[in-house]
Amino acid sequence: MNRPSRLKMAAIHAGLTLLCMATLYPVLWVVKMALSPTDGLALTANPFPETVTLEHFRQVLSGTDAAGRWVFGRQLLASIVVAGATTLVGLTLAVSAAYALSRFRFPGKEGGMQALLVTQMFPATLMMVPIYSILQKLHLLDSLTGLVLVYATTALPFCIWNLKGYFDTLPRELEEAAVMDGASTFQVFVRVVLPLARPALAVTALFSFMTAWNEFILAATLLNDPSRFTLPVALQRFVGEHKVEWGKFAAGALIVSAPVMALFFALQKHLVGGLTAGGVKG
Amino acid sequence: MSQWLGLALLATALSAHAAPETEKPLKLWHAYRGGEETALVQATELFTAKTGVQVELLALPYDAYAAKLTNAIPHGVGPDLFIFNHERLRNFHALHLMAPASGLAREDYFPNAVEALEVDGQVYGYPMSLKSLALYVNTKLVTQPPETTDALLAMLPALSDADAGRFGLAYESGDFYFHAGFLFGFGGELFDANGRASFDTQGMARSLAFVKDLQDRRFIPQEASGALVKSLFNDGRAAMIISGPWFAGEIAPNVDYRVVGLPVVSTTNIPIRPFLGVETAYVSARSKRAEQAQALARFISLGEASRVRAMVGRQIPADVAAYTLKEVREDTLISSFREAARHATPMPNTLEMARVWEPMKLALRAVLQGGTEPQDAGALADRRYRALHRERPPDASPLPWLGLVGAMALGGSVYVLRRPAATLPFKRRYPDVAQAVAYITPAAAGVAVLVFVPFAVGLSLSLFHHEAGEYSFVGLANFVDILASRGYSITEPLSFYFTLAVTLLWAVVNVVLHVSIGLFLALLLKDPLLKLRGVYRVLLIIPWAVPNYITALMWKGMFHRQFGAINGLLVALDLEPVSWFTRFSTAFAANVATNTWLGFPFMMVVALGALQSIPQELYEAAEVDGASKWTQFRRITLPLLRPAMLPAVILGSVWTFNMFNIIYLVSGGEPGGGTDILVSEAYRWAFQRNEQYGFAAAYSVLIFVVLLVWSAFTKRLMRSSSEVMG
Repeated sequence: MNRPSRLKMAAIHAGLTLLCMATLYPVLWVVKMALSPTDGLALTANPFPETVTLEHFRQVLSGTDAAGRWVFGRQLLASIVVAGATTLVGLTLAVSAAYALSRFRFPGKEGGMQALLVTQMFPATLMMVPIYSILQKLHLLDSLTGLVLVYATTALPFCIWNLKGYFDTLPRELEEAAVMDGASTFQVFVRVVLPLARPALAVTALFSFMTAWNEFILAATLLNDPSRFTLPVALQRFVGEHKVEWGKFAAGALIVSAPVMALFFALQKHLVGGLTAGGVKG
Repeated sequence: MSQWLGLALLATALSAHAAPETEKPLKLWHAYRGGEETALVQATELFTAKTGVQVELLALPYDAYAAKLTNAIPHGVGPDLFIFNHERLRNFHALHLMAPASGLAREDYFPNAVEALEVDGQVYGYPMSLKSLALYVNTKLVTQPPETTDALLAMLPALSDADAGRFGLAYESGDFYFHAGFLFGFGGELFDANGRASFDTQGMARSLAFVKDLQDRRFIPQEASGALVKSLFNDGRAAMIISGPWFAGEIAPNVDYRVVGLPVVSTTNIPIRPFLGVETAYVSARSKRAEQAQALARFISLGEASRVRAMVGRQIPADVAAYTLKEVREDTLISSFREAARHATPMPNTLEMARVWEPMKLALRAVLQGGTEPQDAGALADRRYRALHRERPPDASPLPWLGLVGAMALGGSVYVLRRPAATLPFKRRYPDVAQAVAYITPAAAGVAVLVFVPFAVGLSLSLFHHEAGEYSFVGLANFVDILASRGYSITEPLSFYFTLAVTLLWAVVNVVLHVSIGLFLALLLKDPLLKLRGVYRVLLIIPWAVPNYITALMWKGMFHRQFGAINGLLVALDLEPVSWFTRFSTAFAANVATNTWLGFPFMMVVALGALQSIPQELYEAAEVDGASKWTQFRRITLPLLRPAMLPAVILGSVWTFNMFNIIYLVSGGEPGGGTDILVSEAYRWAFQRNEQYGFAAAYSVLIFVVLLVWSAFTKRLMRSSSEVMG
């Protein structure tokens, strides 16, 4: 492969810098609102704050409820618990189901896979009414457990498809060799298949985590107790019908987005492989 | 299976309540903010100090509040009591949300406040405070407040200088709550003799013409939001504003002001008569501790609690005795509002009242922002009103449907049983079926309960009509209604076909933009020798990591008419600022811009992966053959990208088709529902237009059918593309 010329490289860098700036402009704008002392918007194109204060962050982070409990801490914990448990439950269910779909033959396999996809085409917000009643029957309304179960199962179709696609690409010879050496199917699954599928696992985990961490409508509907709110629901407080507290909303938005961004940063090497080798390949 | 059972058990254990009912605090829901919330907290603390009963407050965002109450209370997970404006009383009553106010003594309150809470002679709830609008006057700018609209019109030219951002008067002119006073002042009525809403009236046209004139002569700002009104008044750039008592807490300390009643309309000699709302403490019908809840509701509406709410929360008490207190009586704000409330129109607590907001908003915006003539706006609102409020379809017999379901089940089982017998016995055909079952059962059980069951329920809901908690079977009536587009020509918003066309346009434009931008960036980034490649990639992925409702709100802020960064950029470039949500084209563009920002990183990542899988040798061979870069791109890159990109494109199109958050939060369907897509339209029917779940489900089924057709079509595409590839 011949090296591109210097001029061409410079042009590419210039182009990418420009596009990155355009991409980051809204983010900078949020950072600016979060750091500026005012709580409103201002008609200006300048995305950098003129005066910097951490007051909005302090107010968001130190939020207490009427009883004086540190409600932000509880909400952060609720978010972490929900997103973590969703990832764990969702991934466990998806990995085993996807492995079975990839390796075993059983009746109803094709139909099941298709049915999983088909349900994704029904608007999620409208599934809310029946889900609400089901959770009530299970006594899981207003509980984080209920939320975790809903998140984990609604993310399953994508997770299963993504993992199955990846498992399909893994060579079976390795598993056969392990079986020759006397490993049980389960051992093969845990010791051979899972380590090989790491990129896809990482991406699927990221996807489950993100779904749970960012989801808003279901959480807002199913949870009633503010100490159990996840952060997106807590954030809603700053965006009222008649009044938007932009500074606090921006600070909260940055706090909510930061963990997912960190995860993206950590997993971005796997992102390309984990998504394209498997899943969306149908 | 055991895994699943274990989870279920764990779940029940975690959510079971350890403490007995009586030790738990009483739950009180409200939508107060700021000073009003502080006052409520103090009032409930007084109650706890007196009775020892703990109270747990939950402040809900106003938009979500009513839906949350109507969901939670019938399911027994709601609060013991809640505070709400009396306007939704009949609606809540129809849903059996609240218990009669058993501890209420009529003589404690203003008579009209109690009357507002009556249904069939029974009083529901304890009136807490009165809310209406009055005129705040900046006393530095206006020495003598206007008593008539003629006096007002005479003063405004001297007080206004729109180019300098100064206005004689400011209020949220696009909001019907604020306009209602003008409507009544110009002799308009909202309801006809039968109690039905009617909009096409003289009073309506005159009041709209008056306000339009104020706006055209630039005496009032366009598209004023609460935030704008506040900043104008605090900066001394608005001489007078119209607002409620809650506004007093937002006025900067250096502004000298006074509050007076709204002027009299000179042509009719009727005062501008704003709505009077009664903020009320209701006891939930499902409270297990009704007695304590009644006591708390009574407590916060009277005595010491109403003093606190008046002085700290700046609320106008509905409690007669409060005015015997010196500090309340001498408080000018409270006495002015109490005075202004005399002329106010009590807001009806009928179901009809809840139905006028959307049509009125449409009419107001059409006149103030869209250039509709004031005399035509009433007819516009009338049509929207009739379209939104469907009569209940006649009941249908479920028998044919049950028969159909039975026949399908029978046919299905016959088909399975009569299928040509397998050449191999079951055990041989599926040697590992036992293992497969073990691996798949946990996921299958979860999906069955929380995906397939809701899905099936959702599908079958489309055959029902839902009203006030009751479902009635109506067969295909919902579908007939939608597909016949009832009185709406297919080129208007609210017609199914119009919304479908917008949705398809939305999906196509977005997917094309996502794929082309994503692919373009991937081509720039693919060179492994490119320096800083990782940095660029991380920066460009950021939009994907931001939760999409945050993205939506962020961009909504950026498209703000007065203070948005986008208009800031336009102004910096010496261009006219754009009023983004008043025209279809710009509102749609705003939605697309937001969704493009959100969606291109996914396509970029997929395209990067696909590009990396193309063997480098192909290009080298092409190079040897003397093919140009463009030929290489067309002949190698594009065809090889197709099979990898196609599934992502299909997935992306389904996501975009159902992208509710962006539409709902960015344009909100403005103007007049024009930019709504099918899924946001379905949401409105379910959650904003009297819980018409069945009708919304029918919409969802149609969405589902469209996507099913689309997926069948794309399956063909995929098959043909894999045939091309061999």
